[in-house]
Amino acid sequence: MAAADELTFHEFEEATNLLAETPDAATTSRSNQPTSQGHVAVAMGSGDSYGAEDEVEEESDKASLLQEKQQQQQQPGFWTFSYYQSFFDVDTSQVLDRIKGSLLPRPGHNFVRHYLRNQPDLYGPFWICATLAFVLAVTGNLTLVLAQRRDPSIHYSPQFHKVTVAGISIYCYAWLVPLALWGFLRWRKGVRERVGPYTFLETVCVYGYSLFVFIPMVVLWLIPVPWLQWLFGALALGLSAAGLVFTLWPVVREDTRLVAAALLSTVVLLHALLAMGCKLYFFQSLPPEHVAPPHQAASLPTNIPLSPTLPRSMAPS
Amino acid sequence: MAEAEESPGDPGTASPRPLMRDLKAVGKKFMHVLYPRKSNTLLRDWDLWGPLILCVTLALMLQRDSADSEKDGGPQFAEVFVIVWFGAVTITLNSKLLGGNISFFQSLCVLGYCILPLTVAMLICRLVLLAGPGPVNFMVRLFVVIVMFAWSIVASTAFLADSQPPNRRALAVYPVFLFYFVISWMILTFTPQ
Repeated sequence: MAAADELTFHEFEEATNLLAETPDAATTSRSNQPTSQGHVAVAMGSGDSYGAEDEVEEESDKASLLQEKQQQQQQPGFWTFSYYQSFFDVDTSQVLDRIKGSLLPRPGHNFVRHYLRNQPDLYGPFWICATLAFVLAVTGNLTLVLAQRRDPSIHYSPQFHKVTVAGISIYCYAWLVPLALWGFLRWRKGVRERVGPYTFLETVCVYGYSLFVFIPMVVLWLIPVPWLQWLFGALALGLSAAGLVFTLWPVVREDTRLVAAALLSTVVLLHALLAMGCKLYFFQSLPPEHVAPPHQAASLPTNIPLSPTLPRSMAPS
Repeated sequence: MAEAEESPGDPGTASPRPLMRDLKAVGKKFMHVLYPRKSNTLLRDWDLWGPLILCVTLALMLQRDSADSEKDGGPQFAEVFVIVWFGAVTITLNSKLLGGNISFFQSLCVLGYCILPLTVAMLICRLVLLAGPGPVNFMVRLFVVIVMFAWSIVASTAFLADSQPPNRRALAVYPVFLFYFVISWMILTFTPQ
């Protein structure tokens, strides 16, 4: 324990020195995660903090002192513009990093702790939803164009109302479902002691970034091969739902098994319903393409026996 | 509107001059959009007449005929209007929230004026469509729309990109790209009757 004491004493000294120099600085935790607005980032990864409980407690003591100081300085009211500016405090590289993190979910890496690091942003969720809504409407229309080339009997129209439908449904999903999830997790908060639930913004962030993988999936749905479309859909849904599950698992695993299983399966089910709904509503033109050839094939044999018999029947009369 | 100073003159001859002056200002800004250079005219003397004229022209040309009342036709006049103005306001808010130092109306002015190339594309597309449908027809329209879309993006980023810090420029420019892409899509999929 002597070595641990030396370490903690040294860190405390460093932290107080830094604080003396720059009173507005945010404190950093053991794994160098930047904090803001008085949050304490505790790295609760699965199985990487065995001997560190004492250090964590020391750091949370230090951090609470710094927290109070920060809270006195930075808490603009929600009616000021700078309050909302704090949600857009991201750089291009950070946004790209978060998108990459959502595309490649890994079991040990919690999206919220690893990528968001207590700086949730609203830029990603908002513009990813907007992009997805427009891409859905545009590619849905494009499939109609391509289907009409193959089968001229299909009537083409710009279908502009689908933009409104896409926009409303995507935004409702990306904001109401996190609201419900956050509310439910806060309600169950009493069961857990150690790990607090995510804030509402972090939940919205997780959902928003998880929708990113649907954008290339929708573009790839232009290829009119049905089994390929279902394959892409399953892949994208798998990646997206895996990201959500890995993020929610640390929060939910201390609850009862029944609640944990029910919550996770509801989350995955809702996500699957969204993907299926998009496919069925915006890419509807495929069934006519498959129905038409059997009709043509069925009508030909009935024509052929008629035409040789007609002259024969006409001839005697 | 940004008002230039009234030059001293006869008090009785005030009424025809402001209209000509405003029209000239609008025309000058059109020229600045068509030949984008690093000048501050668009930002300094912003006005919203040009964007209004362009938006109304575009919406009039894009709206579906009243006879064509099927549910899945092209956009209505009001839908185009809402998309253009709501889109411009959203992009401006986004730019300001990211920490850009451009004012609200200056940004609306720039975004509105840079619709000019796409309005020209719409005019050309309508003329081309008079020649009758066909694959060549579609290729010509596609080419024109792509060129004008690129022109709009170049013109607007020439004015807007400098107002953002360099590590967030792409974040501020991407919504502009999406906005002009949606307008270009509406122009390209326009089918008469």
